[in-house]
Amino acid sequence: MSVGTTMSAQSAPARTADAPTKSMVSIARRQRLQDIFFHRLTQSLSLLVLVALLAIIVSLFVYAWPAFHKFGVQFIWRVEWDIINEEFGAAIAIVGTLASAGIALVIAVPLAFGIALFLTETCPVWLRRPLGTAVELLAAVPSIIYGMFGLFVFAPLFADYFQMPVQKLLGSMPLVGFLFGGSTNGFGILAAGIVLAFMVLPFVAAVMRDVFEIVPPILRESAYGLGCTTWEVVRRVVLPYTQKGVIGGIMLGLGRALGETMAVTFVIGNANRMPTSLFSPGTSIASTLANEFGEAADFHLSTLFALGFLLFVITFVVLSAAKILMLRAEKAKGL
Amino acid sequence: MKRTFLKTVAIVLATVAVGGAFAADITGAGATFPFPMYAKWAEAYKKETGTGLNYQSIGSSGGIRQIRAKTVAFGATDAPVSGADLEKDGMVQFPAIIGGTVPVINLEGFKPGELRVNGTVLAEMFLGKISKWNDPKLAALNPGKTLPNQNITVVHRADGSGTTFNWTDYLAAVSKEWADTVGKGAAVKWPAASSVGGKGNEGVAANVTRVKGAIGYVEYAYVKKNNMNFLQLQNADGKFVSPDDTTFAAAAANADWFSVPGMGISMVNAKGANSWPVSTASFILMYKDPADKAQSAEVLKFFDWAFKNGKAMAAELDYVPLPDALTAEIRSKVWSQIKK
Repeated sequence: MSVGTTMSAQSAPARTADAPTKSMVSIARRQRLQDIFFHRLTQSLSLLVLVALLAIIVSLFVYAWPAFHKFGVQFIWRVEWDIINEEFGAAIAIVGTLASAGIALVIAVPLAFGIALFLTETCPVWLRRPLGTAVELLAAVPSIIYGMFGLFVFAPLFADYFQMPVQKLLGSMPLVGFLFGGSTNGFGILAAGIVLAFMVLPFVAAVMRDVFEIVPPILRESAYGLGCTTWEVVRRVVLPYTQKGVIGGIMLGLGRALGETMAVTFVIGNANRMPTSLFSPGTSIASTLANEFGEAADFHLSTLFALGFLLFVITFVVLSAAKILMLRAEKAKGL
Repeated sequence: MKRTFLKTVAIVLATVAVGGAFAADITGAGATFPFPMYAKWAEAYKKETGTGLNYQSIGSSGGIRQIRAKTVAFGATDAPVSGADLEKDGMVQFPAIIGGTVPVINLEGFKPGELRVNGTVLAEMFLGKISKWNDPKLAALNPGKTLPNQNITVVHRADGSGTTFNWTDYLAAVSKEWADTVGKGAAVKWPAASSVGGKGNEGVAANVTRVKGAIGYVEYAYVKKNNMNFLQLQNADGKFVSPDDTTFAAAAANADWFSVPGMGISMVNAKGANSWPVSTASFILMYKDPADKAQSAEVLKFFDWAFKNGKAMAAELDYVPLPDALTAEIRSKVWSQIKK
């Protein structure tokens, strides 16, 4: 609405070259008010995010208080989940969450790196677009689909063609054998980690590809011009330049893996026992919440809120650790 | 133009107001197990009377929580509330429908109901003490059958559930060790090292059909719907029986409903040659002095109608309707306590 008037007001002095007229002052004042209003509006909107975050933390903690009050800090490392006798501890769910998310990253990050590398460095141009779109589309598949795929397709195959042969081969080996012991029914921590890897792979790959693409061609071409191999260009030019974005992408994947609910619930086995091997069924914080929230009452409910609070804390710690690592790396480089 | 718009608004408002006054839907929430039954009754009831039922199958504990919060006119639960708690909350409780929980298995080469177990062996399987299908104890119960050397995977409910309450109630009744080490409840600590959880009856059914050598427990409706393999169970009289509405009804026939305040009797391991040992009732909870007396009266009308006219529908879904003698007693002894 004010664009037209502003334009004419700006062009007016050029013609008359006079002192500011009354109308110009009023326009300037109005624009100032508009600026202040806009500034306040956007400021309050962004503060709203902070308020919502604080409100979530506070309400989680208030609801979780009975559990923390009864068990104290020990709640975090108690290995117990007995609903009948009201003995609770978060260790089983925390281990399940961290182990499945960790496995997912160990599998997904190298693969995503390879995909992004191929797409940006060595892929023929005609294939670049369809492949890139396919990766993006995979990222848009809802997690429940991955869960169903995990339960109905992946788990039976995983039991017959991975768990059983691997247990036979490595199960009795010293030192690592225990990792492959236990039941071979297709569920468990490793199965959940692999399904999660499928899930976070497109995310991480898409972010990595995007950040690899923003490397200025001049840097890349200079490196090639100096006689670098593709790997050297990636190692010495692309990766250092995009370090921040790459870590950001990995953290995005980790965040998704830590909080993923349905896909994990389908394949992790939902057993409230401390996992003793990669094949043993376990549970994650998110899947425990999904399973038990509907039927929980009183004290049990408050322990579930306590689990939710801990998930919040874990995510926060992981993200801040990543940020600190990044800052430290920047400082070391003198940036 | 404007007038037509105003007219439309007026008509819409009038319809909403009138419709709201007439179709005051009954609200209820709770157990998932009787949900198909209540839904079917509600559909027929709405056709006849115009009153609908808005039932949320959120689980038994959820139903108890909702009625305590007074957000619904009735709550539904598979695990009965104790007489003392009913007294404290000023509520009454009565059974509405009977069904059964069934052990389902995934074992190649056997027809549904071909294999048999008794309570103690079943409890040992769920305890993890019997971990292979060719265990001598299982073989002794199934002479002439070649059982495979396959690991047993126990599948249980991952969510809290009335079905789990009934199942563990039965295992605790037949096995002292189960009663001492695990106990009964809507969710328990499953002792078997191989046990995995599934969410809901559907989740358990899906896991059992996916995992070779699995054993789990689901409501009978899910056995039929998914065409699952099940085990015959030995009942308190020593006879092996298969689950269906006749064996559920046989278990209910011997029940002494008014022996426990709130009618919350356990029918597990019921006597009678033809009784299915894990037969269970699903209960309704209502306030004696409800805040909304009109709603409460509508609920009673609905169940009165269902008890009279809902039997054929129950049989269609393989639930067991309550016998007439029992519903007459519910009317005279329980419903009479609710203020109108």
